Amino acid sequence: MSFNNLDTLYRQVIMDHYKNPRNKGSIEGDHMTVDMNNPTCGDRIQIQLQVDDGIVKDAKFEGEGCSISLASASMMTQAIKDKPVDEALKMSEIFSDLMQGNEVENEGIDLGDIEALQGVSKFPARIKCATLAWKAMEKGVDEEKQG
Amino acid sequence: MDVKAVRDEFPILHQEVNGHPLVYLDSSATSQKPVKVIEKLDEYYRGYNSNVHRGVHTLGTKATDEYEGAREKVRRFINASSTQEVIFTRGTTTAINTVAASYGRENLSEGDEIVITPMEHHSNIIPWQQVAKETGATLKYMPLQPDGTIDLNDAREIITDDTKIVAIMHVSNVLGTINPVKEIAQIAHQHGAVMLVDGAQSVPHMSIDVQDLDADFYAFSGHKMCGPTGIGVLYGKKSLLNEMEPVEYGGEMIDFVNLYDSTWKELPWKFEGGTPIIAGAVGLGAAIDFLTDIGLDEIKAHEQKLADYAMQQMEKIEGMQIYGPKERAGLVTFNLSDVHPHDLATVLDAEGIAVRAGHHCAQPLMRWLEVSATARASFYLYNTEEEIDRLVEGLQTTKEYFGDVF
Repeated sequence: MSFNNLDTLYRQVIMDHYKNPRNKGSIEGDHMTVDMNNPTCGDRIQIQLQVDDGIVKDAKFEGEGCSISLASASMMTQAIKDKPVDEALKMSEIFSDLMQGNEVENEGIDLGDIEALQGVSKFPARIKCATLAWKAMEKGVDEEKQG
Repeated sequence: MDVKAVRDEFPILHQEVNGHPLVYLDSSATSQKPVKVIEKLDEYYRGYNSNVHRGVHTLGTKATDEYEGAREKVRRFINASSTQEVIFTRGTTTAINTVAASYGRENLSEGDEIVITPMEHHSNIIPWQQVAKETGATLKYMPLQPDGTIDLNDAREIITDDTKIVAIMHVSNVLGTINPVKEIAQIAHQHGAVMLVDGAQSVPHMSIDVQDLDADFYAFSGHKMCGPTGIGVLYGKKSLLNEMEPVEYGGEMIDFVNLYDSTWKELPWKFEGGTPIIAGAVGLGAAIDFLTDIGLDEIKAHEQKLADYAMQQMEKIEGMQIYGPKERAGLVTFNLSDVHPHDLATVLDAEGIAVRAGHHCAQPLMRWLEVSATARASFYLYNTEEEIDRLVEGLQTTKEYFGDVF
């Protein structure tokens, strides 16, 4: 494997999110918090969501981990902000397909920067890093739905 | 030691990974297997696979001889006084759990103390947490020196007449620290406590004499010492094992089974419920022959040389942080600048170099080091200085690759 292959993993936009994370920090006011670990590697992420009338009004994250897991969290919070919860869940599904290396039907949903993570699918050991934030978001939304 | 000849014994090493010759630096996680072990497993399954200690047929006798022969090889390898003191288990984890569940439950009560260290592998922490919760005993941690070693004065301080069990790893899988387990066993015995040693990282790499160490229990795994996965050993002093209850009940370990109660076989079979790990034990026997032929002192000296060379070369890299004491076993745990160990391991993997990244099943130690994860290069008898050069080059590459990010 040459650097070219590594470059499919560490795309510039990913490194930018890692270096300059968007939505890192805490939400003031009402919100839900979900903590999730990757027990095999020690990565730790906290997602905070503020959901009103089925819309993700705000999303932030905290945590420690590798470039892929933190960049993915940054991209996710950016992508789901101001979107309906159902659309956020749909994105998560699409993202999961993307990680499996499957062809994805976007169904009109704009993935934005997230598509840059497509290269992760070629590095099976790193897929869990990329999906950690999404799993945390799903868990939070599920808990909210169950009231 | 002729490393080239040793490498020829390991078929897996002679392959390319991601377009580069494989550099395998993850033997602390699991070692590679020499042809002799692979062929022994093949011979067993093709030639005399049978259940042991049952029936009278010829294959069964041959399998029993090989299985019990492997036990004798283990006995000699660690200098136990009798094969009754050598119990085959699934690995180090099962061995420690057996002691915690049997000796621990029977001998601990409120007010008693178990002493371990913050450098332990999860396998030598959680069994004691659980048995402490069940029995009301207290779990105590011996402090570590800033370089990740144990000061015997701390051992003398924390081990008291309330201490019933002291459980410590012989060699740290993260720091490479070689712990003074013989001296600690002495202190434990002065207070009437028993000493369990987690030997997962020591038995593969140095000559072990359980009688000289005066360990009451000594646990280790086959797969880290050129043997198959799924086989390990619990050594225990006969006087202690005799008093202990089995943890698993069923086939193999019984004497008489009545309708409402039963009696157990004598040692060591009392602790080997179910069809034993026959192929695993036979393979472990072959691994012991292989290591003994080369010589544990030779292997230790070789690894020492590699560790010294690696430290010397790695320290030259700017931003390199190495954890653990100067004097160490054959492994180096480190972090490089702000590059996360996963990212580092991915770049090295692209260069064909296999290292471990993560918490190494030692989360309390990671917190003690104040890091969330580290990378680790670990060496064995088949590694070379050229491979360490490849590692150092790979680390330079990693720095270049992530250089513009940080």
